[in-house]
Amino acid sequence: MKVALLQGGRSLERGVSLRSGARVAEALSDIGHEVEVLDLGPDLVAKLEGIRPDVAFIALHGTEGEDGTVQALLDLLDIPHTGPGVAACQRCMDKSLAKHILRENGLPTPNWVTYSEAAIRDFGAASSFQRAVDTVGLPLVAKPASQGSSLGVKVVTRAEDIPGALMTALSYDNRAILETWVSGRELAVSVLGDQVLPIVEAIPTDNNAYDFEARYEIGGASFVCPAELSDEDADEVNRVALAAYNALGCSGFSRVDLILGDDGPQILEINAIPGLTETSLLPQAAEAAGVEFEAMVARIIDLAL
Amino acid sequence: MAAPPPPRRPQTRSKDLERYASLFAKRTRVMRSSAMRDMMAITARPEVISLAGGLPDTSTFPPEAFAAEMDRIAKTSVAEVLQYGPTEGIDLVREQIAKVMAAEDMRIDPMDVTVTTGGQQAIDLITKVLIDPGDALICDAPTYPGAIPTFCSYEADIIQIECDSDGMKIDILEQTLAELAAKGRKPKFIYSVPTFQNPGGATLSLERRHRLVALAREHEILVVEDNPYGLLRYEGDPLPTLYSLDGGNYVVYLGTFSKILSAGLRIGWIVSPTPIREKVVLGKAASDLCTSTLTQDFAGEYFKKDRWREYVDDLVAIYRNRRDAMVGAMSEYFPHGTTWTKPEGGLFVWATLPDVIDTEDLLAKALTKGVAFVPGTGAYVDGRGASSMRLNFSGVKEDEIIEGIRRIGKVAREHLALYETMTGTDEMRLPPRPEDPEEER
Repeated sequence: MKVALLQGGRSLERGVSLRSGARVAEALSDIGHEVEVLDLGPDLVAKLEGIRPDVAFIALHGTEGEDGTVQALLDLLDIPHTGPGVAACQRCMDKSLAKHILRENGLPTPNWVTYSEAAIRDFGAASSFQRAVDTVGLPLVAKPASQGSSLGVKVVTRAEDIPGALMTALSYDNRAILETWVSGRELAVSVLGDQVLPIVEAIPTDNNAYDFEARYEIGGASFVCPAELSDEDADEVNRVALAAYNALGCSGFSRVDLILGDDGPQILEINAIPGLTETSLLPQAAEAAGVEFEAMVARIIDLAL
Repeated sequence: MAAPPPPRRPQTRSKDLERYASLFAKRTRVMRSSAMRDMMAITARPEVISLAGGLPDTSTFPPEAFAAEMDRIAKTSVAEVLQYGPTEGIDLVREQIAKVMAAEDMRIDPMDVTVTTGGQQAIDLITKVLIDPGDALICDAPTYPGAIPTFCSYEADIIQIECDSDGMKIDILEQTLAELAAKGRKPKFIYSVPTFQNPGGATLSLERRHRLVALAREHEILVVEDNPYGLLRYEGDPLPTLYSLDGGNYVVYLGTFSKILSAGLRIGWIVSPTPIREKVVLGKAASDLCTSTLTQDFAGEYFKKDRWREYVDDLVAIYRNRRDAMVGAMSEYFPHGTTWTKPEGGLFVWATLPDVIDTEDLLAKALTKGVAFVPGTGAYVDGRGASSMRLNFSGVKEDEIIEGIRRIGKVAREHLALYETMTGTDEMRLPPRPEDPEEER
């Protein structure tokens, strides 16, 4: 089959995307597909029209690739693509919207407040910070409403640090959320088609509970898959994760990140197009389920058609 | 007929990663490929104006001069340039290095020169032969960002001494040396780029040069003088190098052809007293046996001709204009409260924005506007520099410099305005600092 592999782009996660892409390209050609690698640019549509691929494999992360922009173009060009559709991408990419949908569906997610740059700049939203603290409590996590990985994420332990943390979060998006910090075990549940893959637990090494960037490094966290959980806990985590995946309308594959605290699992976010690099969690989970990377890539393609 | 595809290494699995993670030496833990670094992947896109590099503009080198050297090599010395060479470098190059150093009033014996694979290897070798894990070394604050990973990989205890527009503050150095001595410690060396410093752009004043050399003698500490930019002076009178003030007893000199000829040739050098040179040569043999004989031959013959001075003059004229364009654009576009250096030479301007701006945050915004710079924290080991940035003017043409600075200025002003809106309101009443046992870092 002729597969257009979309990677790179101008998102801040370009680097991760290129690593995902390289790995996927290799797997695609190993399983016998004809691969055309495309870095997103002004000639994307022209190139896709020229190639007319049977399917597009989207190995893009962050804005444009993961927010439905590219998916909408592919729909218009009548080219099937991997991963969730336009609407699901938009819902996942917008953490605030995703959390509203989760709540509406009775699914657990930490309390939060959303601030847009405009609200702060034009409507004096800063004078509501105290209310925000009352709503979400301390410590809280400030994060951009729409970025993946650890970019722009800060833990706030003192109310007076909110402006600084919001400045950081708003550097990565024009909206930010302040979310209750939930302490507990960090879990990721990947879903491939209708299959819930084994739960991955990330255990930060050393004292870097608040250092999101450290986890990004090889050796910065250790990953256990399948996570060692009681049957009840595992069942509940899987139930909640699959319900979140469905509630947001995901298809193909996605990854649900949760914290398992004293009050059960709390959903942090759903990654419409999770990383596919060597350190990424979806491939680890697939592997633990006995699905090797090539087989996973093949399955992702099948699900797109 | 198409060749069959090469065999592939198997895909790395997550269990392999765990295995590798357990294999890595502790020193690699400081070598981070952080999210920030990943973010810089965007600078590879053609539409991005990168003021983040430290690149000389090699497009200015005359192709006919290049062709003439390669032609000569093809006709006369193919066998030699395809062969290994002496670890310390070929004699012709060492002689030419002595000549280039003479242009900055240094008199050296070519036999004291070790040719290295770029200036970076010079830093690496000196650190390798002098630093045991935990040994103290002193450097500028900010220091050359590329030196930090090298120092860290040898597990040095890095002590940074604050700089101002006259370079390293020698009073603080003196005090630091005394404090270390009181604890029975002595740094192995003081690393500095005294002339047109990377990243700060500052030049160590003559008075401080004398004092630094005197302190080195008094405390019997080596000074490693890294001087990649000395010949790229756009105005003012040259100052004597530390090496020439000291005569080479306590000062080890690092040089490079990267900024006056080519970074791609990878030729740098170390001038050091014989005992150090002998160790450096052993260290180099262990690293790479010798620097490319092909590029050494090219550079050696190139510097034999006096044309090299003209090329440096050309570069100086080009870079001076670019510096002026950058500094001029900064006055126009950067927010009030920003300070920056106006370097008399070198490749970099160092700007410090109002301290509520974190330049790593600003970089994220700037990248989405298609412009990149180096956030200041990379030049420190202790988190300082968060409001500063390094801007390179040598690798980008004037119109792009101006446009890049305009975009950075715009995002910085927007950023600042947002912060002021957030913190300037009277209604904002935040509670007193809560008890917080969990704040660890």
